[in-house]
Amino acid sequence: MNLLLPDSGLLFWMTIIFAMVFFVLAKFGFPVITGMVEKRRSRIDESIEAARKAEEAIAHLTQEQERIIAETRAEQAQLKKDAAAERDRMIALAREQARVEAQKIMDEAKVRIAEEKEDALRDMRREVAMLSLAVAEQVVRKELQSDKGQQELVDTLLDQMSGNDVKLSS
Amino acid sequence: MRWMKVISVCFLLAISASVYSQEITTSGDNEIDVGHMLFGHIGDSYGWHITDWKGQHITIPLPCIVHSRTTGWHAFMSSKIEHGHSYKGFSLAEEGRYKDKIVETTPDGQQVRPFDISITRNVASLIFSALLLIGIVLYARRWYARNDAREKAPGGLAGLVEMMVMMVQDDIIKDAVGPEYRKYSPYLLTAFFFIFLSNLLGIVPFFPGGANVTGNIAVTMVLAMCTFFAVNMFADRHYWKEILWPDVPVFLKFPIPLMQMIEIFGMFTKPFSLMVRLFANIMAGHAMILGLVSVIFVTAKLGPVINGSMTVVTMLFGVFMDCLELLVAFIQAYVFTMLSSVFIGMSRQTEH
Repeated sequence: MNLLLPDSGLLFWMTIIFAMVFFVLAKFGFPVITGMVEKRRSRIDESIEAARKAEEAIAHLTQEQERIIAETRAEQAQLKKDAAAERDRMIALAREQARVEAQKIMDEAKVRIAEEKEDALRDMRREVAMLSLAVAEQVVRKELQSDKGQQELVDTLLDQMSGNDVKLSS
Repeated sequence: MRWMKVISVCFLLAISASVYSQEITTSGDNEIDVGHMLFGHIGDSYGWHITDWKGQHITIPLPCIVHSRTTGWHAFMSSKIEHGHSYKGFSLAEEGRYKDKIVETTPDGQQVRPFDISITRNVASLIFSALLLIGIVLYARRWYARNDAREKAPGGLAGLVEMMVMMVQDDIIKDAVGPEYRKYSPYLLTAFFFIFLSNLLGIVPFFPGGANVTGNIAVTMVLAMCTFFAVNMFADRHYWKEILWPDVPVFLKFPIPLMQMIEIFGMFTKPFSLMVRLFANIMAGHAMILGLVSVIFVTAKLGPVINGSMTVVTMLFGVFMDCLELLVAFIQAYVFTMLSSVFIGMSRQTEH
């Protein structure tokens, strides 16, 4: 069967043609295509990686944001608390100061009142003494018309005076 | 309703086919020689016979290039030696060992076979499919030169080529050859596409397809030899140790090198199996389809009823066989590439 015998002419041509096809395709054809596809693949991989990283970064940023908000909230609360405390403290301080001041004023007023009272008493006493002297003078002038009467009056007056003194000094 | 349509179409086909075949048998008074037609197609020829038209052969003449020991180089068109003509002592042998080949009739009346590198039908078909393949791949490549492949993927023919190239490289070559696949992938891809395209062109029933290229043992032999060289030229130490000093009991390899003989025999059986597998599959496919088509003409003289019904059956089988051949065209290219990859991978075991 000549079907199973390779023909030398065909063998010759097949070798040449296949070698040429191989040369052309191996040099200009397939490596370019596979290389380009591999480049594209690596680019797709890179893009996926980049997307993943971006996603991660966004997640991180969100977390950061949340953290900052929480921190700010905490700070705000703290500030509020501090402010309230400060206010209370200042109010308390002012109250205390006012109280002290009022106390001082009251004390001063008391002292003044006491002084005024003393002055008034002194004036009154002087007045009373003058009045007494005037009365006594009048009485004495009238009573001194009789000796007995004079004597009695002096005694009485003296008694009364001493009694008044006692009462005043107490 | 659908079945009615199918049956009526088949009936019409049967009638038309039987009329046509009757016409053939009545117009040509000679019997149809199925065997001659079949082997004429499966084998090779100096001209490219396209069809018969009104009793005339329509054949594209192809150049014949021969080297005679006595008169040197000769080149002439195949039409010069058709139908028993002789040109400068060269003619087609009528019978004997060199039947249908160019022989030179020496002055003493002997017929000798000159060194023959004619562009036969198979060579012309080889050149056609080689040019087509180069054209397709370089066309696809042009897309990459004009576009940034990192930004977008090609469509159309370039997309198809890219898809198939990557399918072969990723599914066959990368897995079978191992980490150094880049070195071998151009050869394996070329082999795959060359076989696949030639197989497909072989199924096309009219010019410029229809030649039995990959069903020819010379073609598959060159391909198998390429794989043989790819396997053995770059093989590593481990591969040669397996052949020359395998891990078997010493008495099997010394003093009689039994295992070595088996292993060296195995070196050649692998590409041999590649050669025969591709050749036999494609040749058998062509023979089957041609045989089925011949049934129409063979049964023509058995009357219109048998001929008509046989035509329907034959055509259904023919469609089935053509679909099967499409599958085989791909499978054989795939198998050849995969086995070549596996053999190459086996020769570089220590790498992985």
